Amino acid sequence: MAKIKKKVKTIKVDADKCNGCRGCEIVCSAFHSTPRYSGINPARSRIQIIRDPLKDIWLPVFAGEYTPAECMGRDKYIIDGKEYDECTFCRATCPSRDIFKEPDSGLPLKCDMCEDDPPREKPMCVEWCLNDVLVYEEREEEVEEGLEAEDVEVGLSSMIDKYGMDKITDALARMSQKG
Amino acid sequence: MRYGETGYNLEIDLATGNIERVETDPKLLETHLGGLGTSVKLHWDRVPADVKPFDDENMMIFSSGILNATPAFSANRSVVTFMSPESDLLAYPMMGGFWSAELKYSGYDKVIFHNKSPKWVYIWINNDKVEIRDASHLVGRGALETQDLIRRELNQPNAQVAAIGPAGEHKCFTASIEQGRSSASRLGGGAVMGDKKLKAVAVRGTKDINLFNGEAFMQEMKDMMQYINFRNANPIPDVMTILSGIGSPQEMVHTDEKWHTENFMWGNARTRRRGFWDEKINEEWPRVQREGIKRLISCFNCPQHCGALISYKDTPRYMAKCFGKLTYAMASYVDSMDFAWKTLQRATEYGFDSFSTPQILAFAVELQEAGILTDKDFAGTSTYPACPSDKEGRFLWLLDRVAHREGIGDVLANGVYQAARIIGNGAEAFDHNTIKKHEQLPLKLGTMDPLYYLMYSTNEKISITQIEGNWPQGAFPTMEQREAFVKDWPQLPDESWKKWLLEWEPRGEKGIPYFPTPEISAEIVDWMEMLHNIDDACCVCAGMSSFCLKPPYHIHNYPKIISAATGLDLDEGSLKKIVNRSRNLHRALNNRRGMTRADEKPPEDHWKRRFPELEENLLSTYYRFKGWDQNGVPTKARLHELDLDYVAEDLEKRGIIKDGQD
Repeated sequence: MAKIKKKVKTIKVDADKCNGCRGCEIVCSAFHSTPRYSGINPARSRIQIIRDPLKDIWLPVFAGEYTPAECMGRDKYIIDGKEYDECTFCRATCPSRDIFKEPDSGLPLKCDMCEDDPPREKPMCVEWCLNDVLVYEEREEEVEEGLEAEDVEVGLSSMIDKYGMDKITDALARMSQKG
Repeated sequence: MRYGETGYNLEIDLATGNIERVETDPKLLETHLGGLGTSVKLHWDRVPADVKPFDDENMMIFSSGILNATPAFSANRSVVTFMSPESDLLAYPMMGGFWSAELKYSGYDKVIFHNKSPKWVYIWINNDKVEIRDASHLVGRGALETQDLIRRELNQPNAQVAAIGPAGEHKCFTASIEQGRSSASRLGGGAVMGDKKLKAVAVRGTKDINLFNGEAFMQEMKDMMQYINFRNANPIPDVMTILSGIGSPQEMVHTDEKWHTENFMWGNARTRRRGFWDEKINEEWPRVQREGIKRLISCFNCPQHCGALISYKDTPRYMAKCFGKLTYAMASYVDSMDFAWKTLQRATEYGFDSFSTPQILAFAVELQEAGILTDKDFAGTSTYPACPSDKEGRFLWLLDRVAHREGIGDVLANGVYQAARIIGNGAEAFDHNTIKKHEQLPLKLGTMDPLYYLMYSTNEKISITQIEGNWPQGAFPTMEQREAFVKDWPQLPDESWKKWLLEWEPRGEKGIPYFPTPEISAEIVDWMEMLHNIDDACCVCAGMSSFCLKPPYHIHNYPKIISAATGLDLDEGSLKKIVNRSRNLHRALNNRRGMTRADEKPPEDHWKRRFPELEENLLSTYYRFKGWDQNGVPTKARLHELDLDYVAEDLEKRGIIKDGQD
């Protein structure tokens, strides 16, 4: 396979600066609503602030890949004396927990760095964080060419994982008949 | 589809357990917006004028505003309305935090509580699921502790919980409703919750809020973001630090408290301690303040840092904001920030208003020193010890007694005004800092200030901190400073107002009490009050709007923001008319409960130099400006102008509006 240049987009998170306002969740959900900015719902946001105020935990986490099965074991971190809940730092949409799923359908959410045409200077959450908790960085890397699953495929695979291929095929057939 | 608002209220009858999801009339958005505006309308329509605070019929509303849960910066207040056990008028304390946003994401604008529960309960609202749950195991638990226990019990780490502590359970008239780092404190909402046996209201929502024109709305917010960044980088010069920035007073950030400790009064609003902030204190207090602050935090969708997580020595962690860090130390004359942090924790768990409560305790100390309260009032019983003699111990002992309504605490828990009258024997003379039976900020000043005279006297909020804001507190000494201030002041309703600030001198003919003149004062105070009314309908934090100098929200951008959110076609005039309607309805409601001109006066010793004739003229001029008669009641003509003929009719029937009265 050929080598191609890939743009690596990073959001650097300085969690100690977070004042816990959840502005990032709000604008993320606004940006991804259709029509754009028509609806607000932090539960649909692809960034979530993990909060445990009395433990001094305010941790922004971005939605990563969908996974059909949870890990064999779980992790639990204690950093600077603060004990985080299981899997706090994991970005996966995972059967083990509720975050990063559409609240009505349960379909997985994934951060797309607010890709847009024309491209935005930075993702919405970064632009809206006035306390510089989130800082956007870009760099180029050379990688082997590969195919990335389209959004529809990601959604369909998770439905197939949940209900089985037969049910989904039947449902699609029924829906296409109805037009 | 509804925009900005959800279009539904929850109606909960605590006596029967009946819960209903009720669609609201979309017309109310056009006539009263939301938040305080629509809540006042519900109280007027439903609560008879003779209902007392602890009657079954004292309906209690927890409301969001029309901008909560949208990307509007700092739109995070919840407004709680009820007839106050202190003032017997319609109170509307507000809290920041995250509660109102969760309520709207659950699909409701308001939760309306009717009647009283036969046993202790809390409410759990999670989208379409609403439950009344047993709270018997939470009785006696602290207000903050309760919030975490409920979150754990429900396994809902993101639920937002508004709860009362023991002070509310015991119906102390200064009991607050606590929620995370915020609280709806003034005028005894916690006591009304306690009377209803309602320990807490927990909410978590995952539904959408719709914006009418999202693109236009976000453009307004982008402009505002730039201005917020500008204001944070450019504090206003020549005013005290606390007034230089935006947000609620940044009391957790600022450590130099020379101004507050030397200008506010200590004890029961009694002693001004000039020279208090000496070298030793200047080293110790800022150090101890910083030692206690683990992190600076904000409310929903707000970039500021008004609150803090407090982790001080072995004191259980809690959250704090604003002036509460000083009130207990100053009221008790205990010169220790260590005492301040520790006492505030205990008071927060009890669920107390940290403005009123310390004054009640200091009032008790004064009565003890004057011999009006005697040893038997401070004696122990089989359940609690006698009052210690040291200042710290005595204050904490009093706090404990009031929170549990034990012994003399049972009387003091009714607030300074009512306690003074129950105790009698000269105690009334020590009630020198209340207006409409409500404890004011501990301030005693020199010359009567016309703007403050009107604000203290006439606003339904009663407590001054949430009336003032957009106009500077005092004249700038030099013309150069004044010119610099007015140069960039787009928030003003009219350019011509700048000349008033330019003419305003610290003393002399163009200084207080004669300037601003009664006519100018009326315009300025009306404008500031109107901004507060817009904030309270939208539930935008006054700290980013009506309560600070040169704020991000003002009369010129508000109509555009509200229109983009809701689809209403508003301009400045129509927005002003809506909030004036709500404001006059609130006044009429309080008039109907007996409030008159005689109640509209600041404490006698608030200023050393008083001007009775001028003060009467101020009040009369302001009443005329507002379209009120000389008893402070909206006139028929004014009510007609605001489409409130039904209110005029009601007041007329009761003889509150009289024939031919202007």
